[in-house]
Amino acid sequence: MFFENDPVLLSRILTYLTLGFHAIFATIGVGIPIMIAIAEWMGIKRNDPHYTLLARRWARGFVITVAIGVVTGTAMGLQLSLLWPNFMQAAGHTIGLPMFMEVFAFFFEAIFLGIYLYTWDRFKSKMRHFLLVIPIVIGATASAFFITTVNAFMNAPQGFEIVNGVVTNVNPIEAMFNPATPTKISHVIITCYLTAAFVLGAIAAVKILRGNKSVYHRKALHMTMVAGAVFAVGTAVIGDLSGKYLHEYQPEKLAAAEWHFETETEAPLILGGIINEDNEISYALEIPYALSILAGGTPDTEVIGLNEFPEEDLPPLFVHYFFDLMVFIGMYLAAVSTLFVVMNWKKTWNAFNKPLLIMVAAGGPLAIVAMESGWIFAEVGRQPWILNGIMRTSEGATTSGQVGLMLILFALLYTVLAVTCIGVLRKMFKRNPVEREMYKREIQNYEVK
Amino acid sequence: MSYEVIGITVLWLFLYGYLIVASVDFGAGFFSYYSKRTKKDHMIHPIIQRYLSPVWEVTNVFLVFFFIGIVGFFPETAYYYGTALLVPGSIAIILLAIRGSYYAFATYGAKESNFYNFLYGATGLLIPASLTTVLTISEGGYITVENGNVELLYGELFGSLYSWGVVALAIVSVLFISASFLSYYAARAKDETALKLLRTYALTWAFPSIGMGIIVFFLLGGRNPEHFAGMLDLWWMFAISTAAFATAFTLILKKRNYGIAFIMVMIQYFAAFFAYGASHLPYLLYPYLTIYDGFTNEAMATALIIAFIAGLLLLVPSLYLLMRLFLFDADYVEGRK
Repeated sequence: MFFENDPVLLSRILTYLTLGFHAIFATIGVGIPIMIAIAEWMGIKRNDPHYTLLARRWARGFVITVAIGVVTGTAMGLQLSLLWPNFMQAAGHTIGLPMFMEVFAFFFEAIFLGIYLYTWDRFKSKMRHFLLVIPIVIGATASAFFITTVNAFMNAPQGFEIVNGVVTNVNPIEAMFNPATPTKISHVIITCYLTAAFVLGAIAAVKILRGNKSVYHRKALHMTMVAGAVFAVGTAVIGDLSGKYLHEYQPEKLAAAEWHFETETEAPLILGGIINEDNEISYALEIPYALSILAGGTPDTEVIGLNEFPEEDLPPLFVHYFFDLMVFIGMYLAAVSTLFVVMNWKKTWNAFNKPLLIMVAAGGPLAIVAMESGWIFAEVGRQPWILNGIMRTSEGATTSGQVGLMLILFALLYTVLAVTCIGVLRKMFKRNPVEREMYKREIQNYEVK
Repeated sequence: MSYEVIGITVLWLFLYGYLIVASVDFGAGFFSYYSKRTKKDHMIHPIIQRYLSPVWEVTNVFLVFFFIGIVGFFPETAYYYGTALLVPGSIAIILLAIRGSYYAFATYGAKESNFYNFLYGATGLLIPASLTTVLTISEGGYITVENGNVELLYGELFGSLYSWGVVALAIVSVLFISASFLSYYAARAKDETALKLLRTYALTWAFPSIGMGIIVFFLLGGRNPEHFAGMLDLWWMFAISTAAFATAFTLILKKRNYGIAFIMVMIQYFAAFFAYGASHLPYLLYPYLTIYDGFTNEAMATALIIAFIAGLLLLVPSLYLLMRLFLFDADYVEGRK
């Protein structure tokens, strides 16, 4: 073994692995229903069969990702008790409610997803079928909402008192709607939408880059980029609010993200750079006043530095890299989608030019990277706490000696799932290309010169 | 009724729900694979697929509901069961993950694949076996608690007749429940060939399931006399269970009323499962944990019960819609939609 048999460390790695893998499928699982809903709606409103087919094909691929989302989500749910029994024993008293409600939301979504997929041609009215996608969107977003309140609680625990080591005076609603909740849920939900828009946009962009001239892909690209631009602007606004939340409630996390050591006003924002063991920063770009503005809205906001905290309470400083990666990619996605929308709007410009298409295509995988980076920053940034300020991560873990073996098994499982998922999705769409489906459904295939 | 009893009743209902829907699913996987090996799959495969495709995801939720619910109502269980069950729990998750995702891969994605089919069939029997570990260790004697360290005694678990009895009971029950449901579904679909085969399966597994039930009943007597005495007090529920079994078996044998026969099977398991559960109370994990010392605070209990009622108001109509569209819609069941 590469690691000594330390259940705490191994439990952390296994949790990272499960969450990191689940997050990909969960994110697109929350985001894609809304894109399907928009496409089906456009198909009905414009009486345009291309959009309806888009919704139909997205839905088909979506089921495959949902399946993996469901099984890895089940794994995560059980692993919480298996790997962190002491944490769940303590936290179950306060966050049982949102976890329970998340399962309801998931249940609701599961029922309507089954109905939606098997009733495409069953109702006479297209509108009735469209109505079935709404509970899926609501269910998907509601489960993101509830489960994120749990994570928000871990960052800003409240709604209970500890008397002689026993949790008392619990207020489940107060625990759910803690200070971290508003920024966390809005950020998670909108970035899910953004990521889904870019993942689907990237597919269309790749098709067009490969020489496909069908108007179907052009409509897909345009639709996803308009949605992407809207979600990206939303993400930026909420990201700014998240900075202000951190400043007020988790200053050590913000300081670690920004390598901000001295408490001061007019604090600069540090972009990129490398830090050495003596905490000296090189190759970084400093933007004067920006951190103070991010934290409080004015340059004279005093931002608390890392030196104010005892060393054992500090998160690792490498979170800065993940923070920067997330912000850079977020900006990139906003720029690319806005550029596309503007160029497409100006009739004389060609938005479908090669460099821009390549940038859109890169946006899909990059959005996933940004999402993962954001979660790594959020989760590692709260170390060494599992319940911020209340319970250390090491106090929450299992004492079992077999976590190492389980880690290997799960790593194998996720590898196999990832490989088959990609293979199945490729096969599914290669064997049934859109041209053939249009022909079969007697949809006109306009080609663009 | 106290909050504790409401809590455990709600959870037990969901576990029972999972027992039924998952059995249908697990058994279907096994029959699907077995019929393929015996080259009879063309007879029952379409029926199985038509039922399972829209509902497979819902099945999973019942399980998630149970284990999230139990941590919500009884946070203390996370500590005991969580620590002890790391290995069997993880194995169950891995099997469930393989089964769930490969079902979707095979149904919506790739072509028929023998390998997918094998995974789907084999996991259908292994998952119930690994999940029963929870019920087995709840009887006590399989774990030790020393200095706050909970440990599962694998030697005891693999060496005891009782734990193997429960595993066998789970597997034959899965096959029996599944075959009797699928017979009903095939009868509704007016699919005579499928019905003939599935009916044979149901009759084949009927006696092993009731037989194992009786054997495990007495094995438990040796394992946990206190629990056994409780079960004897509830003898009438086990009598109802046996009577329901007899009715179901007779109906299937006489090729009549498959719907009522399946309802009888549901009653058979409902009575036995609830009598088993009720007589186990107040213990969640004998002798360490009762529903009273593991219970959550009052505020959370109230909130959970309110959430539960609100959730049911949302779920019951949705489930009804799902069943109306795919279970009670003659055109769909017969394959015309």
